[in-house]
Amino acid sequence: MRNYSALGLIFANMHDESFRDGTAVRSMGSLPFGGRYRLIDFPLSAMVNAGITKVGVITKSNYQSLMDHLGSGKAWDLSRKNEGLYFLPPRSSDDAMYQGRIGSLVDVIPFLNHSKEELVILADCHMVTSMDYDALIKAHVDSGADVTMVCRHGAVPKLADIPVLTMDASCHVTDLLLGRIADQTAYYGTGVYVMRKDWLLRTITEAAARNLYHFERDILQRRLDELKICGYVASSLVMPIYSTESYFNANLALLEDEVRSQLFPHHRPVYTKLKDCDPVQYGLHAEVTNCLVGDGAHVDGKVKNSIIFRGVKISRHAQLENCVVMQNVTVGDHCKLSNIIVDKNVAIRGGVTLQGSESYPVYIAKNSIV
Amino acid sequence: MFRKQECVAMLLAGGQGSRLYALTRRIAKPAVPYGGKYRIIDFPLSNCVNSGIETVGVLTQYQPLELNDYIGSGQPWDLDRMDAGVHVLPPYQRNQGADWYKGTANAIYQNIDFIQRYDPEYVLVLSGDHIYKMDYSDMLAYHKEKGADCTIAVLDVPKEEASRFGILNTNPDGSIYEFDEKPAVPKSTLASMGIYIFTWEKLRKYLIADEEDSTSQNDFGKNVLPAMLNAGEQMFAWRFDGYWKDVGTIDSLWEANMDLLDPNVPLDLADPTWKIYSRNPGMPPQYLSATSQVQNSSITEGCAIHGKVESSVIFAGVTIEEGAEIVQSILMPGSVVRKGAKVQYAILAEDVEVGEDAVVGEAPEEIDDLSRWGVAVVASGVKVGKGGKVLAKSMIEADVKDGEEVSANA
Repeated sequence: MRNYSALGLIFANMHDESFRDGTAVRSMGSLPFGGRYRLIDFPLSAMVNAGITKVGVITKSNYQSLMDHLGSGKAWDLSRKNEGLYFLPPRSSDDAMYQGRIGSLVDVIPFLNHSKEELVILADCHMVTSMDYDALIKAHVDSGADVTMVCRHGAVPKLADIPVLTMDASCHVTDLLLGRIADQTAYYGTGVYVMRKDWLLRTITEAAARNLYHFERDILQRRLDELKICGYVASSLVMPIYSTESYFNANLALLEDEVRSQLFPHHRPVYTKLKDCDPVQYGLHAEVTNCLVGDGAHVDGKVKNSIIFRGVKISRHAQLENCVVMQNVTVGDHCKLSNIIVDKNVAIRGGVTLQGSESYPVYIAKNSIV
Repeated sequence: MFRKQECVAMLLAGGQGSRLYALTRRIAKPAVPYGGKYRIIDFPLSNCVNSGIETVGVLTQYQPLELNDYIGSGQPWDLDRMDAGVHVLPPYQRNQGADWYKGTANAIYQNIDFIQRYDPEYVLVLSGDHIYKMDYSDMLAYHKEKGADCTIAVLDVPKEEASRFGILNTNPDGSIYEFDEKPAVPKSTLASMGIYIFTWEKLRKYLIADEEDSTSQNDFGKNVLPAMLNAGEQMFAWRFDGYWKDVGTIDSLWEANMDLLDPNVPLDLADPTWKIYSRNPGMPPQYLSATSQVQNSSITEGCAIHGKVESSVIFAGVTIEEGAEIVQSILMPGSVVRKGAKVQYAILAEDVEVGEDAVVGEAPEEIDDLSRWGVAVVASGVKVGKGGKVLAKSMIEADVKDGEEVSANA
């Protein structure tokens, strides 16, 4: 039993614009990742693993694939008689309402009002991590902070308005800048926040009344001196996704044992939509080395250093190296692909050669025929 | 109130499967893992759903815990329905006393009330022993077309194998005139597949009569079907011509798994129009390392493969370390094969650990006396110590010490 009660809110569309190749047809939350997952699986599973049984998913646009993925929430054990998964699309088509994080939060005030939980944990989908939210919430309660924000030390990702923090020895945030300054290494926010629900309700209502809609700028930065804002440094791996290249690298990083063990800890599983795929079938000519392969794939070619999603078919004599190949792609005979991201349902006909470079992978859009 | 159903399926899942020995020590035969991510019962359950049958009673008796957990609410097969769906039916106590299921017919007899509440026209009786994909609605259409009281699915088997089966002798119109159980000289090659459709009204009458006969063994094949035939009921054979395999023995279970690796065997588990559903383990994708060599194999999620795998079926969450070699074998969930070990022509049950440089099983080509050869089996949770050796045909239920050699006769 835990001595706090928390509610989860996930922003599925936040940062869509940072990776247009991948989010042209979907939200950031439903971006495929790691052979069988979607980005939302990580924050959603982390919440479930911390004993949270009520999660609202805030969406703005392009959310069909996300709804299809989440369904009733059964795969995350969130199809529950009491509470469970709540899908929170915009309440009206009035665009003015959906300005920034505060606009989205104002839109779900009825949902927050109807919830009995004391705490709220907010999460974006663009930072892939399996961090322990239980420890995070405990740290928040112990610190007595108004807001606890999860941060990470490292090269600051190229994201507009990313919070860059300065903290004192007790992790109290003493300075907060928005946006990246050159090739900076610093503590940056990962878009995960914990706070009291009543505090959040009061604060967003007040901000909206002043026509202020930017959570980080108009609340955290503007009121830094009056609020107690604490940083919580994530101890486990965090992989930010903010561009085609970072998406490519984060996927291929899964080929390292250490990355996999941090992202898929045994005691905190990552849940995802289940599909009834058959096991992976490797043919007589298969030569597969250093690859992550999702179920239902049929591989008879030569594949190296790649992430192969569920249901991908790779024919005999095809050669793939450093590729991320999403669900249900077919790769024909004698194809040669290297440093390519292939979106869902693409058909690559026999004999095609495609080459990207490690620092500039080529992206093939969903449903294309090459 | 239960909605009326045209056809209710009753799945006989209480059998021990004693010829699978160590593999069914703690689980019922229908719960035995098959094909990388399935269990035998997934086949009849998925066939039911794909055939449009929404109500399935699963009759359990022997070691039901794992089977009950596995079936659960029936959600993986889309059988968690408002009033239809899957129902696990163990034997129970009544005010006149309590009985185990005495035979296959008695198991259905004891559940007449369950069937009756759906007021069905037909009852489909299935067993949880076979691997096959069948559209029961085709068989039901045949049953209706013939105006039959009982229809039995049959498979045309090779003449030389016919004496191993229950053979049905039929007239040209498909009606059955004789049952011939394991005949020395078979008159036909139509073998019963243990799949029956009955017109419920008739079956109920015969089940009640069979129960009143104290000399009866309460078995469909031995008692109820012959009684119906003798009384002149309309009984027909319906021919099935797809893949069908009884997995009742170690050898047949091993062969049925190997069949999945043979493109010429007509059993396609990837066919999206006739999916075989199962309870998914939900593990990360499998990882094949830079040192892995995998050919002609089927591997399921959650595995980490660093060694060599050839012509094998590997279930979820198996680890194969560098330098280990797996040939023509079946590794059930959670097994670990350490560095330099070799597993060949073997079945490792769940959570087996094969220590460094150990050898499990033998290749037939390395054995002079082929009568000594057979698939080696290691029961679930058993550890084979470092450098241990398990010879062909062995059935290992206790840990093998470091360097120890175990043969089939031990």
